[in-house]
Amino acid sequence: MALDSVAGGPARDRSWSRTSILAVALIAAIIVIWLINAYVIDAAFGSAVATALHQILNAITAVAIALAACFAYFWGSNWLLDRVLSSSPAMNEDVETRRDLRRSAIRPWLFILPALLFLVIYLVYPVIETVRLSLFDKYAQSFVGFNNYAWALTDGGFWQAALNNLGWLIIVPLFSTAFGLVIATLADRIWWGGIAKSLVFMPMAISFVGASVIWKFVYAYKGPGMAQIGVLNAIVTGLGFPPQAWITVPFLNSFLLMIILIWIQTGFAMVILSAALRGVPEETLEAARIDGANGFRIFFDIMIPQIWGTIIVVWTTITIVVLKVFDIIFAMTNGQWNTEVLANFMFKWMFVNFDYGRGSTVAVIIMLAVLPIMIWNIRRANAEEGTR
Amino acid sequence: MTTAVDTATEIRPATGAPRFLSRIDVGRLMTHLSLLLLVVLWTFPTAGLLISSLRDKDQLAVSGWWTALTTSESQAVTRLPTADTQVQKDGKWVITGNVFGTDSNKQLGAFGTSNNEPAAAVPGASLPMSDGGTITIQVDGSFVWSSDKQFTFTRAPRIFYEVAIPPRFTLDNYKEVLTANGVARSFLNSFTVTIPATIIPILMAAFAAYALAWMRFPFRGFIVALVVGLLVVPLQMSLIPLLSMYNNIAKFFGAEDGKTYLGIWLAHTAFGLPLAIYLLRNYMAGLPKEIMESARIDGASHFKIFTGMVLPLSFPALASFSIFQFLWVWNDLLVAMVFLGAQEGKLVLTGKLVSLLGSRGNNWEILTAGAFVTIVVPLIVFFSLQRYFVRGLLAGSVK
Repeated sequence: MALDSVAGGPARDRSWSRTSILAVALIAAIIVIWLINAYVIDAAFGSAVATALHQILNAITAVAIALAACFAYFWGSNWLLDRVLSSSPAMNEDVETRRDLRRSAIRPWLFILPALLFLVIYLVYPVIETVRLSLFDKYAQSFVGFNNYAWALTDGGFWQAALNNLGWLIIVPLFSTAFGLVIATLADRIWWGGIAKSLVFMPMAISFVGASVIWKFVYAYKGPGMAQIGVLNAIVTGLGFPPQAWITVPFLNSFLLMIILIWIQTGFAMVILSAALRGVPEETLEAARIDGANGFRIFFDIMIPQIWGTIIVVWTTITIVVLKVFDIIFAMTNGQWNTEVLANFMFKWMFVNFDYGRGSTVAVIIMLAVLPIMIWNIRRANAEEGTR
Repeated sequence: MTTAVDTATEIRPATGAPRFLSRIDVGRLMTHLSLLLLVVLWTFPTAGLLISSLRDKDQLAVSGWWTALTTSESQAVTRLPTADTQVQKDGKWVITGNVFGTDSNKQLGAFGTSNNEPAAAVPGASLPMSDGGTITIQVDGSFVWSSDKQFTFTRAPRIFYEVAIPPRFTLDNYKEVLTANGVARSFLNSFTVTIPATIIPILMAAFAAYALAWMRFPFRGFIVALVVGLLVVPLQMSLIPLLSMYNNIAKFFGAEDGKTYLGIWLAHTAFGLPLAIYLLRNYMAGLPKEIMESARIDGASHFKIFTGMVLPLSFPALASFSIFQFLWVWNDLLVAMVFLGAQEGKLVLTGKLVSLLGSRGNNWEILTAGAFVTIVVPLIVFFSLQRYFVRGLLAGSVK
């Protein structure tokens, strides 16, 4: 069935009419929205409403134009290719084959060109440019060699951020993966496990900033003698200790910020590990049970080794999130009270001090930390390519 | 499976304990309890935020959200009206009013005339006043102060009392946050950024993914490796060069800075492309080879196979990516701050929330309601489309 619609013949006409209807509708929509935007809104509404409506209609127009442009490019370039390098059996056989080959050599590039263009302009070029800028001074004017890197290695602020990041790198992936594994294991045996997993997974949908507010409320502080509105201080005072302004207590506060990320990332670890656990062959578990192994032995000796590969994938993925973590520190402390991390440190040098050289240098150092994982990922992807 | 379980039950020694006790599996109970504990740990912060945002803002400031359902008690003081409000009634001079003012929600627990004895009398009882006469206060706060002689005091006395505020839930915080604090505008801005940034990359990524999955051409392996590598490149690497590029373009066109919606749409499009291509390529490569080959033999071109067959079949992967991109763009702070800036009119919700954290850091009624407005859209998307989200997550990492 599906084949008929693409295999030419009468289906061809149908697809033709469908594409042209789509194109006409898209163009008509753009024109109508443009007319409303230009003539109707200001006449019909007050200025506040009109501003909002203009913004909405501009966004809709952008979507329509982008779709139309994509459509025009992909459809048009393919049509052009088939037209310019057309071949038919009536031709000289050599010419026909040559044209066929050339068409199939060009077409993949037509498909891939827009995406590739975006990737090169927005990701590849900036990476190279940032590396270059890291060798230049504050104003990106004169070449300073590795001076910026020398500065970083001797700067107290940088080391503090780097050491904090190291703490984050060890603790967050460890606890996220461990909690994720425990919850996945427990939930898979219980009838309400699905609901439990949904609830633990939910923080994944919440922004880092939203999560920061949620946890700032948990850590909220009121002076001694007052009723505490933060859960943590309520528990602490309930046990008879004085309340603390937790966010300002060095060392401890970094851990409290890490808890936010653990809270978010555990859901991710849980989902991936849960799928992996379900892939563990039942026979191996059964054999262990017959041999009299208890639940803990089965978990550690049979299940964990079989999902080890997945655990590493989860660990590295969370590691990358941790290396880039910015929003939480920016929203909660902005690096005060010894909570600085590299991403926030970079942001300060770049967008507060406007130092292109040092900002770029810190970015490159974050990139260097990601590099081993990137290379490992690429090698894994290549190996997989080979097996297909 | 069944044999193993049967043997296990048979070899368990009879202990003589009642049968129903032996049926309670301690291990299973522990499983239930520990999972319950973990789920509570994971949900209480969000629950606290939601409950707090719905509470009366005076109560929110003085009592924890876990007490939201109980009546909160506190002590208060009100100054009585001045002597010129007195009226003559049945041969007596009377001053009336309500210690709570117009607030009808509160209940009087006890009252007194001095700071030392705020609970000298129960509601409905009378107390003598030092300025003459006696005062009677009811549970609802209404009082009658009457005297045989005309009141001549110059400074109105104070009344001390214990007040009980029954739990009250209200949407006032949301009303305030949406109207007075500009959150409504940011809500609109977030949608303005997110919708185009989610839709624009899809078609581009799908074409590229198809080429990388099913077409043969030189450098294909290299481009796949590039995409995989770009998946993890920190965005921090892109910010400075792109910002200068945008500013140069803006300067060329005579605009004051490069912070436009168009700029952020394109930036988000590009930043989402590696994941989009990766997810879609994995999915498309898994489609049955036979269908593709027979379609090729029937003379269908790659363009037709793609638009007529692969694209509709890839719907689950497209949905997964759209959800990812939507959540990521909606929740993003860094890209929005750099490419859209911190001007009031262009703040997205995450940026707005950060600015509220700075300016209204202790107004929890504003922060809780503001935070919930920020997270409600992702939560709806998440709970309604969780299946696709999970599927995308699995395809994107376990490979």
